[in-house]
Amino acid sequence: MTAVAATVPAPALPRRVSPIEGLRHTLTLTWRVLVQIKHNPMELMDFSVQPIMFVLLFTYVFGGQMAGSPSAYVHYMLAGIMVQNALFATLNTGMGLNLDITKGVFDRLRSLPIAQAAPLASRILSDSVKQAWSIVLILGIGMLIGFRPDSGLGVVEAFALVLVFTLAFAWVAVLIGLVVSEPEKVMIFGFTTVFPLSFTSTAFVRLETLPGWLQAWAKVNPVSNLADATRGMLVGGPIASPALKSLLWAAAIIAVAAPLAVRTLRRRV
Amino acid sequence: MTYAIQAEGLVKRFGETEALAGVDLEVRQGTVLGLLGPNGAGKTTVVRILATLLRPDAGTASVAGHDVVRDAHRVRQLIGLTGQYASVDEMLTGTENLVMIGRLLGRSRREARQRAAELLERFELWDARDRAAKTYSGGMRRRLDLAASLAGDPHVLYLDEPTTGLDPRSRGGLWDIVRDLTDDGVTVLLTTQYLEEADQLADDIVVIDHGKVIAQGTPDGLKTQVGGSVLEVRPVTAADNVTVARVVGELVGSPPQVEEGLVSAAVKDPAVLPAIVRRLDDAGVIVGELSLRKSSLDEVFLSLTGHRAEEQDGDQDELVAEGSVA
Repeated sequence: MTAVAATVPAPALPRRVSPIEGLRHTLTLTWRVLVQIKHNPMELMDFSVQPIMFVLLFTYVFGGQMAGSPSAYVHYMLAGIMVQNALFATLNTGMGLNLDITKGVFDRLRSLPIAQAAPLASRILSDSVKQAWSIVLILGIGMLIGFRPDSGLGVVEAFALVLVFTLAFAWVAVLIGLVVSEPEKVMIFGFTTVFPLSFTSTAFVRLETLPGWLQAWAKVNPVSNLADATRGMLVGGPIASPALKSLLWAAAIIAVAAPLAVRTLRRRV
Repeated sequence: MTYAIQAEGLVKRFGETEALAGVDLEVRQGTVLGLLGPNGAGKTTVVRILATLLRPDAGTASVAGHDVVRDAHRVRQLIGLTGQYASVDEMLTGTENLVMIGRLLGRSRREARQRAAELLERFELWDARDRAAKTYSGGMRRRLDLAASLAGDPHVLYLDEPTTGLDPRSRGGLWDIVRDLTDDGVTVLLTTQYLEEADQLADDIVVIDHGKVIAQGTPDGLKTQVGGSVLEVRPVTAADNVTVARVVGELVGSPPQVEEGLVSAAVKDPAVLPAIVRRLDDAGVIVGELSLRKSSLDEVFLSLTGHRAEEQDGDQDELVAEGSVA
């Protein structure tokens, strides 16, 4: 027994994780989140059914009333649906994170010699992949039922802008995911916050149709900026000002939510 | 003597609750330390600090000489963690879980697959390798958990209540695995509420309660330290209980416990046994069962903490559980 104790190896262990290793850890863990879809195809449905349903319902049910015809309305509101859906989808980051923590997966990962940011970063990254999927889906369905973007470049720009904004908003979702006690509560936050936020904006209706007090709010609502900029890129209209405001909002959200999230994370785990 | 784990004066507070109030620990290389204590005693908090998941508010701890706070990354290269809270991904299959960990540890895809296959074989999970972990039974999941914590060939393994909720057979299987590991020179820190488990596996035992170490030593040492043996007498006729209790009480010098027809008392001097038998015989009591045995760890625990190990200490447990996520 003492023979074992006497031969304690003093291995030359690296002291830190190199950035490249950290990236590799993040990619491995991203694979982990995405491979879950393979085992639970219903999750993919979550990301697919709602966007398809919203595009179809909004176009054909509200189209005539809102803009005179489904075709006219789909050109107005498709950007809005893209934005709303993307904001909602970020909540998955919070849910997934909360699930990892409550189930103990997070502890297991953090006890491994990997970059400590990797478990969180991989959540955000994998959800960006899912985001990209539903944006493509919305645009695809839209085009199938008559939506025609101005230019291919505009589509790429809109795609990029929405993705960047959701990367910022994901930090809010992360924060919520860290604060609530169980994953379902993240969704409650979604319905009480993201839902009203996206409907009291110019995502689905023109500003001038709103009552005065609501106009005042809709003007400062970041969702309006994002929807306006995205719409401008897709079908024409002002781009520079709303896009700049959207990016500023994104920066502000990161500046507030990210440090809070990291602090909460340190405290919680 | 080389210590694989050393901790000194660990203090951890969660809000108002003081989960640890100065815990010292030493685990010799290649041995099993049983960390015993009721729910909410602070066992999991100790493990989480030693596993670099939690920073102590005061005190220091090291694994193989590396400080768990300053040199956390090095410590993580030496440890494996299996516990109530450290778990596998339920959505992934057994193979995927182990391959993922292998990849995270820097192995190539092929190496990671090979190592995963070895572990799945060893832990009798081969047939279930392509099933999602959520379909596993409790025992299978613990084995996968353990396999995951061994993927990196740790020098030090933390087992946080590894058999809680397992049936006796799975529990025995897990014990065998732990014995194999220590034979290979792995140092194990085991927390448990089951005294039998500590008795079976641990070389040394530390008992904590309310965040403080209240006793430590070898299992036998603890049993002796707390004293003597236990005498148990069960008369054939339950109505003779009263007589038995009176006789035992007189000779032992303190009133015995009477429970479901069984009279039991702590005995310092084994010489009283013949006297008791004689007196009972004189009184015409027919004894159905009579034994004098070394006190079990259970009784040690009872006398140390004032309550039984498996007694649920609901409020306290909740406080600490909340504290750990707050």
